[in-house]
Amino acid sequence: MKKKEILEKLPYDPPFLFVEELLKINEDGVEGKYTLKTDEYFYKGHFKEKPVTPGVILTEIMAQIGLVCLGIYLISDIAEENYNKIGVAMSSTAIDFYKPVFPGESVTVISEKQYFRFNKLKCKVSMYTQENKLVAKGIISGMIKPWRNG
Amino acid sequence: MTKEELISKLRTIVAPYVQNQEAFENLSEETDFINDLEINSANLVDVILDVEDEFDIEIDNDAMEKMLTIKASIEIIQEKLAIK
Repeated sequence: MKKKEILEKLPYDPPFLFVEELLKINEDGVEGKYTLKTDEYFYKGHFKEKPVTPGVILTEIMAQIGLVCLGIYLISDIAEENYNKIGVAMSSTAIDFYKPVFPGESVTVISEKQYFRFNKLKCKVSMYTQENKLVAKGIISGMIKPWRNG
Repeated sequence: MTKEELISKLRTIVAPYVQNQEAFENLSEETDFINDLEINSANLVDVILDVEDEFDIEIDNDAMEKMLTIKASIEIIQEKLAIK
């Protein structure tokens, strides 16, 4: 499956689409990036007059690139029936944060598959700044299923 | 392996994922992982993977879909152990 097709299958829209580009993807993992826009909606309140990307949003970026994009890729290999939608549910996260990310910064997410069995994908995911400094690192799992709609 | 030994091993395997402690304390063959123990579907996968490791067997999709109760799990584990 091509990188472009994966992006088209993502079940998100702005302002909650946090994948800009996939740099590489294979059976074992994925690497992708996202640039935080200076006017992302959450900067208005996090924090008052001092915009910093919330940890939950960093986690979401890591999950969308590291888990959902990889899941779509892995499903395309095994799903024989025609499907046009992806069902996604995050089931657990354990992430440590090391550096703040400010408006306008680009982050790269690297995800390594631990296993994908019975629709559960578990990955070791890390995030880096453009200067290759570690932002966050941890484990994310979720259920990913193909389904038909119409 | 006796049924009691299997139940005891399953009890240890499911313990970290159980949300309903009362159902866990009353665990029997009839106990249902999702409805009684309130294990979520993602952790049910962990239960299956732990069963594979514990008994050194491989569970396929069909077997996994049936493994919703202690009783069904025992049957499948015994079946897989028999063909090892």
